[in-house]
Amino acid sequence: MSDKIRSEEVFRRNPHFRFQWEEAQGCYVLLFPEGMVKLNGGAGEVLSRLDGNKTVAALVEELKAAFPDAPDLESDVLAMLELGLEKIWIVRN
Amino acid sequence: MLNNGVAAQSTPKPLWLLAEVTYRCPLHCAFCYNPTDYVSHTQNELTTDEWIRSLREARKMGALQLGISGGEPLLRDDIEEIVAEAGSLGYYSNLITSGVGLTEKRIAEFKRGGLDHIQLSMHDITKEINNFITDTNTFELKKKVAAMIKDYGYPMVLNVVIHRYNIEHIGEILEMAEALGAEYVELANTQYYGWSLINRAQLMPTREQLEKAEAVTNKFRERVGNKMRVFFVVPDYYSDRPKKCMNGWGEVFMIVTANGTVLPCHSARVLPNMTFPNVREHGLEWAWTESPAFNKYRGDSWMKEPCRTCPEKEKDLGGCRCQAFLLTGDAESADPVCSLSPNHDVILQAIEDAKNPQIASQPIVFRTDKNSHKLVEGERERVEQFHALP
Repeated sequence: MSDKIRSEEVFRRNPHFRFQWEEAQGCYVLLFPEGMVKLNGGAGEVLSRLDGNKTVAALVEELKAAFPDAPDLESDVLAMLELGLEKIWIVRN
Repeated sequence: MLNNGVAAQSTPKPLWLLAEVTYRCPLHCAFCYNPTDYVSHTQNELTTDEWIRSLREARKMGALQLGISGGEPLLRDDIEEIVAEAGSLGYYSNLITSGVGLTEKRIAEFKRGGLDHIQLSMHDITKEINNFITDTNTFELKKKVAAMIKDYGYPMVLNVVIHRYNIEHIGEILEMAEALGAEYVELANTQYYGWSLINRAQLMPTREQLEKAEAVTNKFRERVGNKMRVFFVVPDYYSDRPKKCMNGWGEVFMIVTANGTVLPCHSARVLPNMTFPNVREHGLEWAWTESPAFNKYRGDSWMKEPCRTCPEKEKDLGGCRCQAFLLTGDAESADPVCSLSPNHDVILQAIEDAKNPQIASQPIVFRTDKNSHKLVEGERERVEQFHALP
């Protein structure tokens, strides 16, 4: 399952999961049968930007522009996408 | 509470609302967790407006997951309205059904209203066991409903309650789920409350059966990978430690029952000397935050020994209050499932009883109105006799 993520790949959120901002929790959440995940800030930023069109490279650029001071951003994004794939929060387009 | 002037921030927020919209049910499952006196709760059901108000209040408090359950929720003809309201409020909503009453027209309306998924109960791969344990002829219908759920693009969640009669078919049940295209399968070993507690000796599998079932499940998981999620809910009688029941009393979970009673867990009504709030008298905010019932077992200040000083107390919060009461007569004692409980022998005895052919071959008591009336009468008799004592 954990084959390497390539920069030209495109991901989208698993349509079977609901992704939404929750004011009461102050975070993005993923909702699915029998469970939910409260996403931390970074994970929320990544998932909210997955529109099924942009490549991983474009996603990283976009995040770098939004968070210019974040160190190791690229490796964090890749780790997040790998986790998302494993948990089936996201799927390859 | 004033907390020395600091606003109490520690009251957790409910994330999960279970709407038990009716206790009427066309099935008669012997393992049902519903109260055995459910016939006392089938009148005076909340109206559509009362449900809508409750949904709004709970959502405002932060509730996100909504289960619409029963009984069989589809026996109400306003589920479409409830679903649509849940959809517009932003709930992630789940219809928990036996499939009886799910028509093409209704499922299309649920889809339009924004229902997120449907959890269908299945019982076995054989018509015989399905029809026996539910005391109905519903086997073929369930398969049709499963296909309909897929056709409408819902993620399919199959819930299979596991007991002695189907535990040896777990491999085949999982294959059936795969063939039906299920994304989630919940193999829920029977927990002994309500009707299943009455039928415990007849339903409980042996430790050997359980270990084999778990091994079969793990092998299946390896084969299918993350195409299908298989939950295996372990039966606590065979564990050394109790479950962290409901993830803690009044921590994340709130139930509104058919008549508006607000409960922190499915079976809390069995607890003595408790008055649970009702949405007809109080708002859900009060029920959750202020009501004595919801605060009674919140946290760990109610604990007795051996829980109070147990290094593991945070892990399981002393287990289940209902199970403690049902099996020891004291709701504040340790859940007897725990091997550190002074009452743990009642669990060992139950396991022995299930192996005793004389006890285990007693007839099963199905969940029917007639049996419920009988149990209500029996309960009354017992209480009167108790009060008649000098």
